[in-house]
Amino acid sequence: MSRAEILTVEHLTMRFGGLTAVSDLSFSARAKEITALIGPNGAGKTTLFNCITGFYKPTVGRLQLAHPDGASFLLERLPEFRIAREARVARTFQNVRLFAGMTLLENLLIAQHNALMLASGFTVLGLFGSRAYARAEAGAIDKARYWLDRVGLAERADDAAGALPYGAQRRLEIARAMCTDPVLLCLDEPAAGLNNRESAELNAFLRAIRDEHGTSILLIEHDMGVVMEISDHIVVLDYGLKIADGTPDDVRNDSKVIAAYLGVADDELENVSAEVGL
Amino acid sequence: MSRESEPAKKRPPHPTLPRLRGRVGWGPLKEAAIAALVALGLFVLMIGVRTDQGPTGALVITTRFELLAKIVAAVFVGRLLWALTRRQANVSIGDLVPASVKAAASGVAVYAAAAFLVFALIVPIVFYTNRYLLDLAILIVTYTMLGFGLNIVVGLAGLLDLGYVAFYAVGAYSYALIAQYFGLSFWICLPLAGIFAAFAGLLLGFPVLRLRGDYLAIVTLGFGEIIRLILLNWQNLTGGPNGISGIARPSFFGLPFNSTDNGFAATFGLQYSPTHRVVFLYYLILALALVTNWVTLRLRRLPIGRAWEALREDEVACRALGINTTNTKLTAFAMGAMFGGFAGAFFATRQGFISPESFTFGESALVLAIVVLGGMGSQLGVAVAATVMLGGFELFREFEQYRMLVFGAAMVAIVIYRPRGLVATRTPSVFLHEGKDIPAAIVRDARAETPT
Repeated sequence: MSRAEILTVEHLTMRFGGLTAVSDLSFSARAKEITALIGPNGAGKTTLFNCITGFYKPTVGRLQLAHPDGASFLLERLPEFRIAREARVARTFQNVRLFAGMTLLENLLIAQHNALMLASGFTVLGLFGSRAYARAEAGAIDKARYWLDRVGLAERADDAAGALPYGAQRRLEIARAMCTDPVLLCLDEPAAGLNNRESAELNAFLRAIRDEHGTSILLIEHDMGVVMEISDHIVVLDYGLKIADGTPDDVRNDSKVIAAYLGVADDELENVSAEVGL
Repeated sequence: MSRESEPAKKRPPHPTLPRLRGRVGWGPLKEAAIAALVALGLFVLMIGVRTDQGPTGALVITTRFELLAKIVAAVFVGRLLWALTRRQANVSIGDLVPASVKAAASGVAVYAAAAFLVFALIVPIVFYTNRYLLDLAILIVTYTMLGFGLNIVVGLAGLLDLGYVAFYAVGAYSYALIAQYFGLSFWICLPLAGIFAAFAGLLLGFPVLRLRGDYLAIVTLGFGEIIRLILLNWQNLTGGPNGISGIARPSFFGLPFNSTDNGFAATFGLQYSPTHRVVFLYYLILALALVTNWVTLRLRRLPIGRAWEALREDEVACRALGINTTNTKLTAFAMGAMFGGFAGAFFATRQGFISPESFTFGESALVLAIVVLGGMGSQLGVAVAATVMLGGFELFREFEQYRMLVFGAAMVAIVIYRPRGLVATRTPSVFLHEGKDIPAAIVRDARAETPT
């Protein structure tokens, strides 16, 4: 545990009426690492993401985010847009949410909205063509160009995002999230619907984000090839409970994880149930 | 893109000279029979039966089954011909335009806008003697300005607003009341009217922050009616149904348009003519509309304008990117309302008299129709649509009762053939290599719900 913890989740519970989607969950994600969240469908992974990024307010629990420079945020107390703006947590969505009718470049400029808004003097200076704003916009375009290059979409910068093939839309969504300069990047199933070559590229890209930009990544993924290969740390959820937490090797050999994913033989059921606490 | 080009390959080389396609079958006959049946059901009471005043003064029923039969037969034959020709040709109206013409058309949009502007500038010179046309031109430009204002809310931010007339009314009454009670000049009242209208916009904005699409439309519709009812019932302030009369007429920066020695005409050594004021009013509203246009075009290229468009495309994604959607929505409402307020102030000074009757739902519907017809988000489209709609109204004035019929039919035709309006593409606000217009099919509009 040499690295500092960037995200600490403590006793997080999220209830929707009678349904407990996440139950008393505690774990932490370390800075500059890729932490994967896995678990069968309905395990509460996306609910956890929505709590971290402020789209849901947790019923109980504390979510603490610590920046490398020492600033600290209690995410459960911030509205979602301030989590993105001030706590600098960026996210992508399970079903891609791009600004379909706008170009790739526009998509990436909107991600830099707050910085540009400040530079345009909250529109007033920008309206009268201030030089400072023109410079800021040129800088923002450079940054967008950099990320378009990184995801291999520079050629299509002026096409509508909605006209891109699915795999490219997923890459663009990650590029857009990175344009907000996040400290923590939350990716909801980034490899869903990608072919083998594309998910190999995605692995390399996520590693590059971690190593070159020092961004910590929290990842929901069903593709075990991706998860086992790039994760530094894996948290396994089942029915809203944490059933395992450790390195890919630990998790791979954990009997509870195997049981959750594959089921167990009838004669072992009682042992396992007792172990899981059911 | 590739999906669109596929059917083109299958099409015969000359779309205007299509090949006959195999057996026709009973389809067209069946279609025509159904149409005739619908016509029969529709017209049996409207045309077949008629009440007249009998000799004793009582109503008597006369039947016109012969006429009914003729109409139903006409519908049957018409539908049959339509079905047959459509089956053979299988072309839509858009296909009849060659691709080269279409490409050229998008290129000339810039020149069309310039030509439109030049024409707008010389209207008072060309039609100086035609008071009727000058008044019509003022009306068209007023609605163009309202269209520009509403376009910010509906076209850019994607917030369907059916109560836009409320801001027009707030602007008009603010101007009238301030001018009357404080005797301030038009140029001081104008920004005040805009500010009051913008506040009304914020007032509307707060309760509807979470609404979108149809729900938002209903609440804004109610807001428009609330404002009208307040104006109607706040007798002490607004004069109720009697309205406010004797509103200060505009002056040429202090020089009144009258025949006195210190009037506009005398100062410039001209013969006095009431047309001077009309021409001045025309240029005044044209300047206001052009300012609105300029500001809107600038805003589109600024972060706030892009955030409005992003809000239209996907609000959840906006929030995930750190955009304060509350502020963004409220600024869109306030900005749109402000321009509506300016137009309202102009309306008040032009008319010299305002009453709640000028601010009914019909006005909101007309402005929204202009925006939808013009192509949401397109400034040139709005200007063309305002000209076509109000010009069309006047053109068909002699047909009196058929006017609305023709107008309604035209609206139906447009919604069927050009559902995204006259200018059905979105121009990107910024580009890296080359600017390419985005087809409207992938641009979201105010009618759509947020994806979940």
